Order: sequence, then structure tokens, then C-alpha cells
Amino acid sequence: MAEYQNIFNKVQVREPGYAGVPLPKGEMPRLGKPLFNYWIGKIGDAQIGPFYLGFAGVASLVCGFIAIEIIGFNMLASVNWSPVEFVKNFFWLALEPPPPAYGLSIPPLGDGGWWLMAGFFLTASIILWWIRTYQRAIALGTGTHVAWAFASAIFFYLTLGLIRPVLMGSWGEAVPFGIFPHLDWTAAISIRYGNFYYNPFHALSIVFLYGSAVLFAMHGGTILAVSRYGGDREIDQITDRGTAAERAMLLWRWTMGFNATMESIHRWAWWFAVLVAITAGIGILLTGTVVENWYLWGIKHGIVAPYPSELTLQDPSLLQGVSQ
Amino acid sequence: MKMLNGKTLVLAALCAAALLAGCEAPPPEVVQNGYRGLGMQTNYNTDRLQASLDANVPPEPIPAATPGGPKAKDLYKNVQVLGELTVAEFNRIMVALTNWVAPEEGCYYCHVNEGFEYDGIYTKVVSRRMIQMTQDTNAYWKDHVADTGVTCYTCHRGNPVPEYVWTSDPGPGQPSMIAPTGQNVASKSVAYASLPYDPFTPFLMQDNDIRVIGETVLPQGNRSSIKQAEWTYGLMMHMSSALGVNCTYCHNSRSFYSWDQSAPARTTAWYAIRHVREMNNDYVVPLSEIIPDSRKGPLGDVYKIYCTTCHQGAYKPLYGAQMLKDYPALAQPLPEGGLEAVKAAKEAAAAPEQQAKAEPAEVPAPAPAEAKPAQEAAAPAAEPAAEAAPAEAAPAPAPAPAGPQLRYPPPSMMQYPPAPLQYPPAPAPR
Repeated sequence: MAEYQNIFNKVQVREPGYAGVPLPKGEMPRLGKPLFNYWIGKIGDAQIGPFYLGFAGVASLVCGFIAIEIIGFNMLASVNWSPVEFVKNFFWLALEPPPPAYGLSIPPLGDGGWWLMAGFFLTASIILWWIRTYQRAIALGTGTHVAWAFASAIFFYLTLGLIRPVLMGSWGEAVPFGIFPHLDWTAAISIRYGNFYYNPFHALSIVFLYGSAVLFAMHGGTILAVSRYGGDREIDQITDRGTAAERAMLLWRWTMGFNATMESIHRWAWWFAVLVAITAGIGILLTGTVVENWYLWGIKHGIVAPYPSELTLQDPSLLQGVSQ
Repeated sequence: MKMLNGKTLVLAALCAAALLAGCEAPPPEVVQNGYRGLGMQTNYNTDRLQASLDANVPPEPIPAATPGGPKAKDLYKNVQVLGELTVAEFNRIMVALTNWVAPEEGCYYCHVNEGFEYDGIYTKVVSRRMIQMTQDTNAYWKDHVADTGVTCYTCHRGNPVPEYVWTSDPGPGQPSMIAPTGQNVASKSVAYASLPYDPFTPFLMQDNDIRVIGETVLPQGNRSSIKQAEWTYGLMMHMSSALGVNCTYCHNSRSFYSWDQSAPARTTAWYAIRHVREMNNDYVVPLSEIIPDSRKGPLGDVYKIYCTTCHQGAYKPLYGAQMLKDYPALAQPLPEGGLEAVKAAKEAAAAPEQQAKAEPAEVPAPAPAEAKPAQEAAAPAAEPAAEAAPAEAAPAPAPAPAGPQLRYPPPSMMQYPPAPLQYPPAPAPR
């Protein structure tokens, strides 16, 4: 029996490369000869390839490439085409959305137009990739669960970069393309709208995010632990419940009084993951459109803890009648 | 199994080492400055705090001058600001000034052989204006500098030009078809965030709106954009690193805008921003005409004042050392009669209320009531636009040049237009 109590894979299957089930008529072929890599086999399947791209895949890669080029060259231009400065400042550089004054009009290329164009191609690329995940699932005769989970992430992405800016009437509300800049944007939107800590959908999203991590650890741990009894045949055991499934269920029933099943644990995981992005998107959609200050919203709805204040400051601008 | 344990042990050791590498010794010293449990505290690395304490020690005061004697204005020519001092006190101040500002260059940094009264050297004209700035600061900006006050040394620390100054930052330079955004390069000015790297021009010289957070539950017309919030954020990062404190030194981070939850330091900082703005507009920028290009930034604007200029990493400059009390001539614009008159006024005022120190003691009688209006008069002076303020305060007949223009839309223009869906309703003017 294989040993599963390890951080890395102990079992690597070595067979002649498997090309996959036959493709339906009229599909483009899979590319490349399969090869095996021992180290990749430590964390996943040792076989790499063959690849299937098809129309959606090729179109997605082309659009993605165009988006990355637009972003990259704009970043390079923002340090005056200096490769050294580009490398030094890489984490700080960004392609910014247009200044808010442009509203939803098409700005000049150099003043946010490139951002709009990069956003268009990136969105096209992502949606084409979604089509690809959907089509591949159909071609393999499987369900489309993965595609719909991906769609929830796309919903969140579109909320940040398209839907909310349109509702607010300004492209300038959208997220910049850049590593630190998008993080600073994240902090800035929370500050501007009075602290996301009191945004209940932000809280829900965090619940599902952390919950996903907990579920992942619980499920992965459970299945590895019972794999010596054939627990790795999870899907079989949904209907054909063997000792592995029984032991796994008992473990959780005894430790916390309730247990999922071999089927439901995967639904739990799927919904937790999908709800991270859906609740996050709702939280963003409400911000600025429906709620102006989440902290004050929290006070209004009684979720802000009060505590005593020894001295209460007054806004000095009110003392002096100046508006600053 | 044995192999496994050996490898696991090595791996665990590596992980532990990596985690420990993130720790900082010695343990931090924590100063609480708000209600418990809110993280309203300042954290100090004790080693670095010691280094900072050692670096922020004021020089020994010069022994007091013998009282009495003729006035400086009667003995020397062209003494415009300190003329009411006695000759002994005047010379003492001049020596102190030299030690603070030009210890290596000496008297001839500001004076020339043609005669000490000669104004033909720009450093002398600048010094005179800076002395006036110091006096005004100590007299009218007690909301910022309190009774501790400032002296030349607070900023200069033995350098003719203070070590920490700013000029408008044009950024790394962009090809003409790319509009600069004023942000997104690694910059010390905002503590290496990717926030706008020159928050000083719009906030410490121009008076763009710093406040961006909506103060209503539901949208009621606050059109401040997220980009605008980043400008404010940039200024706050500067203040935080300049004072060696974190956000919660002034704010309760659960609600940055609410005054009723902020620490008292926030009020000081509010006045400080306006004070710095006034110093830059009324005192520093008008000197642009006479200051040589070698002391100007890439856009041709003079070195200006920001929080680091005085604070230099300390929450109070020089950790609150009482330096001003040894140099009373710098504590206020000198009235007729010099320090004697100031002293008399203070004594007259001491009885009803202690607050009257701010009083420029021309008239000793109506002291306590006058102090507050004086401050109030000073504060609005910081408000008018950058172009207006320097003109009225210019010492020389030369018209003061307006500050450098921002090459990107200033934060106040970063308002977003009304939403197309008419929800929220159209904005009301703020």
C-alpha cells in the first residue's frame, strides 16, 4: 500500500503518455507529444501535454498577450522607456484608469485610453478562456461546474472594472493594472467609503474565503487519512459507501457532531469558493452607489461597538468656519 | 520512515528559521494613546529609538546676555527685525544663529565685507525673513508648536539649508504621449507606497481639499474619487513617516474621518498642515526671486517646508526639548521696547489668564482676549490660493512667482461626474 503521510506525492504513474479520449469530429487536434517530469510528478501528474487550444484558447491567448503588452509598454513608458527603472520600479508601476473627470467618455490614449483598451482585451481574453473551460467540459462529457465557478470570479472582476465604474459614471473609479497600485487602490476604496470592515458583504466574503481554506484543509486531510482504505475513490464512495467513507464520516461526527458526505463535501467546497467572489462583488456594487460611508451605515444598523471616550475632539474647521 | 523523519526535521528547521527571520529584535516598546484594545499605540524599536534620541539633542544654550545697554537699532545700521534688542542680546542671537545655521561658514555666510548692514547677499535677506517666520510661528501658531516653539535649530541642525526639504517632483519623466499620473514609482516621500509621490504641492502649498470621506450614511453628493483618496493617503503616509508614528497616533482607524474618535494629536496636525502651508506661501516661496538656481528643484521652485523638515522622525521635533525659552527674541515679533516690553506684557496678562503669551505685546493692557483672535487671523491667512498669498507677504518689491504647476490633474479636480443612472441623486454643492 502506498504511503500517503507525506507532504509530496509518493506515487507516480509511469505509462506510455496518454493522449486523452478521442476528440469529436471537426475539433482541432491536441498538440505536442506527452512528456514526463519527475519533479512535476511530486506535486501533480507527471505527464505534461498534449495540449488543446482550439479557437477560444488561441483567441484568448492572443487577447491576453495584447492586454499584457499594452500594460507592460505603458509601464515602461511611465519610467521614460528606461529598462533599469522598469525593473527597479516593477512592483510600483501601473497602467491607471483615466482621471475621473473624463466620466464614461473615451479619453485620449495617453490619459487612460490605453487602460480602457487593455481592459477590453483582458476582458475578452478572460471571457474567451471561460468559453474554453465550458467547451472542454462539454467535449469531455463532464458537467460544467468548473466553468460556473470561474464565472463567479469573472463576475467579481467585471464588477470592479466595468459594472461599478459604469454605475458611478466614471472609469476613474476602476482598479489600476499594477501590483502595488491595485493594493493601494484597495486600501483607498475602503478609506474613501468609510471602512469596509463594516460592509457586511465584505465580511461575508471573508467568511467564505477563510471558510474555503478551512474546508480545503479538512477535506484534503480527511481523504488522505482514509486513502489507505480506498478513500481516494471519493466519487465511487458517494453511492458505494465503503469503510473509508464510514471512517471519515465517523471522525467528524465524533469530533464535531456533524459530518458531510462524500458528495456534499464537494458541494460545500464549491459553494464556499463561489460565494467568496459573489459576495465580494455585491459588496463592491453597493459601495458608493447605495452606501456612502460603511462605518456610519454600521452605526445606523447597530453593528458598531461603542466605547467610552475620555475626551471628544471637535473638528477645528468647524471651530473656525473654514471648509478644509 | 527514518529517511522521512530526517528530511522532515531539516524542512521544519528551515521553516522555523525563515519565520524567525521576519522577527525584529529587540521587542518593541509600545506607547498607548487611545482607548484600550483599539491598537491606538505607537510602536518603537528600542535600538532605533535610542539612535533617534541621540540624534535629536539640542545644543547647549549660550549664557544669557547682560541686561541693559543700548538698542541694536541705535548702534547698528539696517537692523529691521531684531532692532529692539539690546546690543548684548542681539549679538548673542547672531552667534546662536551662526552656530545653528552656518557653523562652518561663519558670519560671512550672510554678511559681506562691504559692511554688515549690506543687504546685497541673498542669504542675509533670506535669514531676515526666516527670523520673522520663526517669530510668527512661535507667537501665532501655538496650536501647532505649543509653548515649546521652534528655533532656527529645529530645522537647520547646523546646515545652511535644512536637510529635509521638498520641491515639486516632476516624476521620472514620460514621453509626451503619456499623461503623467503623479504616482506609481517607488518613492520615499510616501514611505514607498505607490501613492502620489508629491502630495506636497497640492496640500502643503496649494489648498486642495484633503477630506475625501463621505460623512453621510447614503450618497448625498460627495463626488470625491478613489484616486483623490490616494492623494490624501499619500500626504498621510508622509506625515506618518515624518513623525515616526503610525495612523493611530491621530486617528481611530475604524473611522479615519470622525473627529469624535480621534486622538488630540489630530487637532495639532490639522493646524500644522495650515501652518506649513502658510510658511511655504508667505515666507518661502516669495523668496524665489533671490534664491539661486542651485537651491531650486527640477521645476525651478525653491526648497520648501514639510513635516520632516522639523520633525525628522520624532513625534515632537527634538523630542520636545525646550530650546526657545533660552532665546526669547525668537518667541514673537519684537514690539516697541524689545524684550522688556514683552516681559511687562506677560506679567500684566498673567493675572487674568495664562494664555496671553501669544500676545504681541504692543499694548500690554487688553492681553488675554487678544491672543485667540490673533491665532484666528493667522489661520485663514493660510487658506487663500497659492497665487494670492505670497503676493501680500512678499518682502521685496519683486512680485512673487506662483508655485510650480502640477503636471497632472490636482486632487481637487479628481471629482467624478454625477452618475448616469441618477441614483444616487444629483450631487448637491458641498
